[in-house]
Amino acid sequence: MNVSNLLRIAFRALQHNMMRAFLTMLGIIIGVGAVIAMVAIGEGSKASIQAQISAMGSNMVTVRPNSNVAGGVRLDATSVQSLSLDDVQALLKQGQYMSAVSPGVSSKGQVINGSLNWSTTLQGVSPAFLDIRDWPLKSGVVFTDKDVSSAAKVCLIGQTVVDNIFINGEDPVGQVIRFSHIPFKIIGVLGKKGENAFGQDQDDVIIAPYTTVMKRIMATVYLQNIYASARNETVTDSASGEISTILRASHRLKPTDADDFTVRTQAELINTFSSTSKLLTILLTAIAAISLVVGGIGIMNIMYVSVTERTKEIGLRMALGARGIDILYQFLIEAILISITGGVIGVILGVAASSLIRIFLSWPTLVSQSSVVLSFMVCALTGVFFGYYPALKASRLDPIDALRYE
Amino acid sequence: MEKKTLEIKDLKRDFLMGEETVSALKGITFTVLAGEFMTIMGSSGSGKTTLLNIIGCLDKPSSGTYLLDGVDIEKLSRNELARLRNQKIGFVFQSYNLLPRTSALENVELPMMYNGAISSKQRKEKATHALEQVKLADRMGHMPNQLSGGQQQRVAIARALVNDPVMILADEATGNLDSRTSYEIMTVFQELNDKGKTIVFVTHEPDIATFSTRTITLRDGRIIKDFKNDNKRSATEVLKALPVNEDDKI
Repeated sequence: MNVSNLLRIAFRALQHNMMRAFLTMLGIIIGVGAVIAMVAIGEGSKASIQAQISAMGSNMVTVRPNSNVAGGVRLDATSVQSLSLDDVQALLKQGQYMSAVSPGVSSKGQVINGSLNWSTTLQGVSPAFLDIRDWPLKSGVVFTDKDVSSAAKVCLIGQTVVDNIFINGEDPVGQVIRFSHIPFKIIGVLGKKGENAFGQDQDDVIIAPYTTVMKRIMATVYLQNIYASARNETVTDSASGEISTILRASHRLKPTDADDFTVRTQAELINTFSSTSKLLTILLTAIAAISLVVGGIGIMNIMYVSVTERTKEIGLRMALGARGIDILYQFLIEAILISITGGVIGVILGVAASSLIRIFLSWPTLVSQSSVVLSFMVCALTGVFFGYYPALKASRLDPIDALRYE
Repeated sequence: MEKKTLEIKDLKRDFLMGEETVSALKGITFTVLAGEFMTIMGSSGSGKTTLLNIIGCLDKPSSGTYLLDGVDIEKLSRNELARLRNQKIGFVFQSYNLLPRTSALENVELPMMYNGAISSKQRKEKATHALEQVKLADRMGHMPNQLSGGQQQRVAIARALVNDPVMILADEATGNLDSRTSYEIMTVFQELNDKGKTIVFVTHEPDIATFSTRTITLRDGRIIKDFKNDNKRSATEVLKALPVNEDDKI
C-alpha cells in the first residue's frame, strides 16, 4: 500500500463528508486563528514599545544621582551633588564599552521671543548628546566643542518650542531668543521625535552647551545626568557595569557603601515593558492553546463517531484486502488532513484577523513567523495525537464482526 | 489431474460461549476444482456462515486444513490473510456493500487500492474492463444510490472480478433481489463460470442452486449431501421464459 493510495482514500472519504469535515475543522480553525491573532497582538504591542524606547537611543545609558532626602523632603536632582564633570572625564578616559559620554544639566524656565513666550526645559549637554540620543537636526548646525569651552550662548531648539514662539513660520535659525534673561542665538532646529514611551513630548526642549547652562543659568558645578552610549546594543550591560565601577572609584566609595548614583539602560526599560507584554502574550497564547486542545478533542470525537458509523465500510475494506495498518493509516491520515487543512485556514484567518485589528482598531499587530510555524505544527500533532486512538480502534476491528455490523 | 482451487480436510470450528464450547463445524471435507460453480446450501444454524468466513480467509479453523490455491492458510498471519483475500478471493455480499457517495468506477477500483503494484492508470483500465464485463460500461460515473439493486450487485461483482481472483465467493448474493433480477445476476455468474471462473455461492434458496454444477448441503455442522448437477439450468433461458413484463399485466 503506497502513500499516494492512502492519501487518495483519505481524501475521498473526507470529500464524501465535506460538511462534517468542515465542522470538525472549525475547532482547529478557530484555535489556530486565535493563537496567531493573539500572539500577533502581543508581539505587536511589544514591538511598538521597543520601537518607542529605541527611538530614545537604544544604546543609551543614563546615570542619575540617587535622590536626596533632607528632613523627609525629597529634593530634586539639582540638590544632589554627587555627579561632576570629573566623573565625565573619568568615564571618557577609562571607558572601554562606551562610544560617547555627555554631561547633562537641565533647567525649567520661560523662553521669550519678542512678544511670545513659552515654558520649556533648557538642557545643557555636550555635542555628543545628539549622537547618544540618535537625534538628527532638521536645519542648522550643532554647537562645537569650542562653543562648549567658551560657554557660548548658542542653542538648538525642539519643534514644539518652534511651534510656540515662531508662530509666523519664520526660520528660527539665526534668531536670538532669551531664556532667564540670557540671550541665546539659535543655530539649529532639532528633528521631530514625538512622544516618548511615557507620553512626554520630547520636542519641548532647548539644547545648549552644558558649560553655558551650568555657568550662566544654574551657577552649579554638579551634574544632574550623565548620558553615555554603549558601542552597540549587545554591550549595554557591560557598559552599565563599567560605568558603575568607574564612578564608584571616582567617588571613592568603600565596597560596603551603596551607590550614590543610579545607572539605567534602555534595555532595562525595554525589559520592564516587555515583561508586561510578554505576560499578556503568554496569557493570550494559553487561552488560544486551550481552544486548540478543545479542537483536537473535537477531532477525536468525530473520528470515534466516524469509525463506529463506518464499521461496515471498514469490514468491507478488510474483506477486500486492507490490512489493519492500512485502516489505521486511513483514519490517521483523515484526522491529519482535517487538522492540517483546518490549520491552513486558521493561519489565513489569523493573519487576516490581525490585519483587520490593525486597520480598524489601530492596535499594533505583528504576525510572527514562529507563531505560524508553531501553531501549524501543533495542529499536525493534534491530528496525530487525537486521531491515533480512533484509528487504532478501527484497525483492530474483526472483519467478520465489522462486515455484519448494523 | 485437475487443479484444486479449494482443498478442505476435516475442518472444525469451535466457539467459546461463556463456559460452553459450541461446535459450528464438526469436520468438513471437500475439494473444489478450478472452473466449478458450487453452491453451499443449508438452513440457518447449519454452519454455512462459519464455513463461508473460513473459505473467505476472514476466520481460521480450530482444526483441520484449508488450502486455497495450494496455500495453507493455517500458517499465515493476519496481514498475509489480508493479502490473500485481496489477490485470490473476490467477495460478493448480500447487501452489495458498496461505498456510498462513491462512483461505480471508484467502488470497483477499491480492491486495487490495497495492491501497491498497480498503477492508477492500470487501476482505471482494469476497473473499466470489469464494469464492461458486467455490462455497466455506461453507468461508471453513477453513485450507488443512482443504481438499481441489480445494478449495484453487478458493480459488486465487477469489484470481485477486478483483481482476477482464483475464486469468487458469493454470500447470498441474490438474497435482496426479486426473482427476475436474481436470474439476471445468475446469468452474470454463469457467464463468468463459462469463462473459467471458479465460483462458490452460499445460498438457502434451492432454486438458485439449480444454476450451479454442484451443491453441498450442510446441516448441523456436517455435509449431508454433495450433489453433482450434470444438467444445470441456464439462467438466460429461464429469464427468456419469464413473462416479458409482469407489472404490465396487473
